[in-house]
Amino acid sequence: MFNLFALLVVFGAIGVVVSKNVVHGAMSLLVSLLGVTGLFVLLDAYLLAFVLLLVYAGAVVALFLFIVMLLDTHGDQRPGVKHLPLIASVITGALVVVGAASFIMHARLPEPILANVPVVGDSLKHYAYQLFTTYLLPVQVIGFLLLIAMIGVIVLSRKHEEAAS
Amino acid sequence: MFDFFFNLPIFVQALIKGLAVIMVIFPIAGACSLAERKVAAWIQDRPGPNRAVVPWIAWIPFLGKFLQRLGVFHVMADGGKMLFKEDSLPGHVNKFYFIAAPILAMIPALTTVTVVPFGAYITGNTVVPLALAPLDIGILSVFAIGSLGVYSLILAGWASNSKYPFLGSVRASAQLISYELSMTLSVIPVFLWVNAPGREATLGFARVVEFQSQPGFWGGAWFGFLMPVSAFIFLVALFAETNRQPFDTVESESDLVGSFHTEYGAFKWGLFFVAEYSHMIVGSAVFILLFFGGWNPLPWVPLSDVAVWLHLVDQPVILGILSIAIFLGKVLGMIFFFMWVRWTVPRFRYDQVMKLGWQKLLPLAVINLLFYAVVIAFLQK
Repeated sequence: MFNLFALLVVFGAIGVVVSKNVVHGAMSLLVSLLGVTGLFVLLDAYLLAFVLLLVYAGAVVALFLFIVMLLDTHGDQRPGVKHLPLIASVITGALVVVGAASFIMHARLPEPILANVPVVGDSLKHYAYQLFTTYLLPVQVIGFLLLIAMIGVIVLSRKHEEAAS
Repeated sequence: MFDFFFNLPIFVQALIKGLAVIMVIFPIAGACSLAERKVAAWIQDRPGPNRAVVPWIAWIPFLGKFLQRLGVFHVMADGGKMLFKEDSLPGHVNKFYFIAAPILAMIPALTTVTVVPFGAYITGNTVVPLALAPLDIGILSVFAIGSLGVYSLILAGWASNSKYPFLGSVRASAQLISYELSMTLSVIPVFLWVNAPGREATLGFARVVEFQSQPGFWGGAWFGFLMPVSAFIFLVALFAETNRQPFDTVESESDLVGSFHTEYGAFKWGLFFVAEYSHMIVGSAVFILLFFGGWNPLPWVPLSDVAVWLHLVDQPVILGILSIAIFLGKVLGMIFFFMWVRWTVPRFRYDQVMKLGWQKLLPLAVINLLFYAVVIAFLQK
């Protein structure tokens, strides 16, 4: 099962990058997210799995598609890849591969003792408790980041309207 | 017989259970299409479908005539037509997504059924709910999987590659996302209430029904009475999510022909149709579990009392069937309500749908949530 979901994730991700049609890209992203959800379910992290499904697969990708449809009705072909970004992305990809390989070959991670790993995701109460105590600051910071992004979008689109009129 | 079932491998057991549930949902969804036409006819004071009949059944003296009047053969005729009609594939469509869309419509509609409990039996003093997958996060998984249903509408409209379907799919994606917010907010008070301090936290449906079958005046009251605003918001959002009138701007024949399924015919169209009814059935089931007592027959009359009156405590099978019958009866009542509303409230315009969702329902849901959060904090201190 792990292999199946991992394949879904990887091929979905490749599909997002490679596909020239924007709608294909969004659907590949959806497949990839479904794979990640499956991986979470395998880890017994049901809450995380379904929240991922609800927020990203259910809403965010649907909004992507919505925007794609508003912008170009036929999911037009993307412009071809320019040389400089192509070279840059190949180099970056190679670096990531090298990094991952060296990490797998040489890393000396302490073997986690399963009994000592704090159990967080197994019950809702633990999860909520951790969210509002240990991880309160990150949650708040991310919330503010999203708020800033939202305000930014509103400001930008307002200005655009004024300029148009 | 039971030993034989429980001796089967767990995989086969799960398969049989799943098939059993689907075999109930599918015919109900089919029968709903007949019920829709009959209820519509009844409300509009006309006979409705009453002509089709198989000859050798028409020869049965009384029953044949009755079945003909009831229109049951119209369902079979419709089904047969859908199966044997030419399944045309227009030349201008995106073939892959055009074929994938109806399949994608069915998958979420049938997957959400797995987490919805549909009955209960009693062993000892505990009421055991019957469900395919009694997940701890039931309501979240229903919302999560249900939200995937929007892709079928979007893809169907986009892949059809023509104007009306496309407009419909844009409407669909906007409408479904808008009303999901209010829907999710409206159920939070219920789960705030049932997750009383000192108990294991859950988002499952079984606990909600358990809370609605407690003794006492407040304990036995259904959440529909305790939280009428929540129930109302959920109901309105449910109508919007299932694209039923008055929220069927997505489909509206008068301005969009048939919207996302304009280009579809035969069995692919039938799949959309069945998926819509499956969504209605599951949505009604969730609504009844959350706000109208689940498998409890009446408010202040829990199932366990009925079991004692009828001496069914020791007979889990009969009690289980009874509870399923009660639950299904309520679900069918809800579906009748859907049809009733269809012929009562005229279709909203698209801008009205958006205005209602964002400017009225969402603030109402937020205020409702804050109100109940404060009240519950005081009550459960």
